[in-house]
Amino acid sequence: MADASYPEDLLYHPEHDWAKIDGATATFGITWFAQDALGEVVFFDPPEVGSPVSKDEPYAEVESVKAVSDVISPMSGEIVEVNTALADGPEAINEDPYGEGWLVKVKLSDPSERDSLLDQATYTSQLS
Amino acid sequence: MSTYTSTTADDLQAMLAEIGVGSLQEIFDRQVPAGVRLGRPLDLPAGMPEQDVYTHLRDLAARNVSAEDEVSFLGGGMYDHYVPALIDMLMSRSEFLTPYTPYQPEISQGGLQVMFEYQTAISELTALPVSNASVYEGPSALAAAGYLAKLANGKSRFVVSGGVHPHSIETLSTMAAGYGMQVEVVPLRDGVTDPEAWTQAMGDDTSAALFQNPNFLGAVEDAEALAAAAEGVVVASYDPIVLGILKPPGECGVDVCVGEGQPLGNRLDFGGPSFGFFAASEAYLRRMPGRIAGETRDVDGRRGFVLTLQTREQHIRREKATSNICTAQALNALGGVVYLSWLGRRGIVELGELLLQRTHYARERLCGLDGVEALHDQPVIREFAVKLQAPVRAVKERCAAQGVNPGVALVDENALLVALTEQRSRADIDRLVEVVGAAVAAERSAVPA
Repeated sequence: MADASYPEDLLYHPEHDWAKIDGATATFGITWFAQDALGEVVFFDPPEVGSPVSKDEPYAEVESVKAVSDVISPMSGEIVEVNTALADGPEAINEDPYGEGWLVKVKLSDPSERDSLLDQATYTSQLS
Repeated sequence: MSTYTSTTADDLQAMLAEIGVGSLQEIFDRQVPAGVRLGRPLDLPAGMPEQDVYTHLRDLAARNVSAEDEVSFLGGGMYDHYVPALIDMLMSRSEFLTPYTPYQPEISQGGLQVMFEYQTAISELTALPVSNASVYEGPSALAAAGYLAKLANGKSRFVVSGGVHPHSIETLSTMAAGYGMQVEVVPLRDGVTDPEAWTQAMGDDTSAALFQNPNFLGAVEDAEALAAAAEGVVVASYDPIVLGILKPPGECGVDVCVGEGQPLGNRLDFGGPSFGFFAASEAYLRRMPGRIAGETRDVDGRRGFVLTLQTREQHIRREKATSNICTAQALNALGGVVYLSWLGRRGIVELGELLLQRTHYARERLCGLDGVEALHDQPVIREFAVKLQAPVRAVKERCAAQGVNPGVALVDENALLVALTEQRSRADIDRLVEVVGAAVAAERSAVPA
């Protein structure tokens, strides 16, 4: 498992999700803290491509050896891609939560929602 | 009998003082509006001495007739198979007698191994790769399979064969109403699911297509054809006893196979408890109810068992659980796996062949009687239905007076559903034929045509 890290180029949601915005689309995932709290992830249940997601609402599930947890969407929009490699390799969420362990790509419906997300310093200051 | 009372007068006063109320009556006076109060004691019989209660209950119990007190051809979902003493011996071991959810399951290695062996047996019988560690009973297993389909595809309609046990259809419908599903029942034709109506009932909104094999009237359905014509998740409810001789559902295109486990080493016991089995293809593993035990190695490389899948259960996931089966029927399922081990691979095939022969013998003999004809001509394995030219209830009463229970009365069809087990010998069948023949003849001569 990777060491704790919180990249500076990402935006964070208090429910331990990250968003990487690239123009009108964004990539979502869960933070190092989230994967550490979950423990070994054994299954990712993705949403369907084309389905809508709403900021602060669950859009997918991750299952670890301990529990099944909802994944909260940091921003609103429509799913344009899911990380299909996680079907056979969900451990990427533990090993590389910001890289190979990305979950979905979303076409944003309200890019201004980024203003309500946290930067790296604010998010990490909230972690106890 | 005196009521057992754990609260003393002093306790009561202390509690009343604590909440600032003068008497128990005052609580009712303050909380329950006068208009809805009865204003007099309930009209219940006076208490009885313990000895009289015992006598009363004994008299009530004596009115029950068990399958051992008559020659019984009752079936319709539960069957009077012989239960070897081995099963009682193992089920009554104290290590197994508490089937309650183990919250630290790995401490009970024996219990987990039983679940694992049970799952393996069910998986082999059904030819489906995943089995859970059992559910309550057959009807709720079918309802749970419907819910799995709803979770998996979110569609709005269940298509159910009219050959599914009425109790199972009722259970499925009750549960499905709660999450807003439509339930459409496809009628039988000549004793089996009408293939055209079945195909026509399917649509884009079909969440699951559910049938039973053999169906409620004992007829063997064409599982492959029904599965091929179905939309959505293909669910089949099977009698486990016939799986020794029928092509397994997993090889017929069935996605989820459920059923009543009672015929496997559990007695009739006036209707339960028993257990339900639940097996599925791998695609539905994450949507399955209940728990799955798995085999693993410990740090020293020794074989051990763990609860591999339980993360969707309510004690782990609270309101978002997809399953609320926490107290599994582990003890009854233990009876099931011991029974299967006792029969063995050859035994279950031989049992199926024996049932096949006796059932056909019984059907042929009964249908040879005046006033008795087959309700359908479909292939049967262990149960069949015959139509009577005399009122079925009256015929049953006449048979009962002769110590024979000829089967379940299907009042709408004026038919008898006759079930066979290995406990009903050829001589028993001959006796059935003799008694039913006499009863039908007597009723026909009593009631002018």
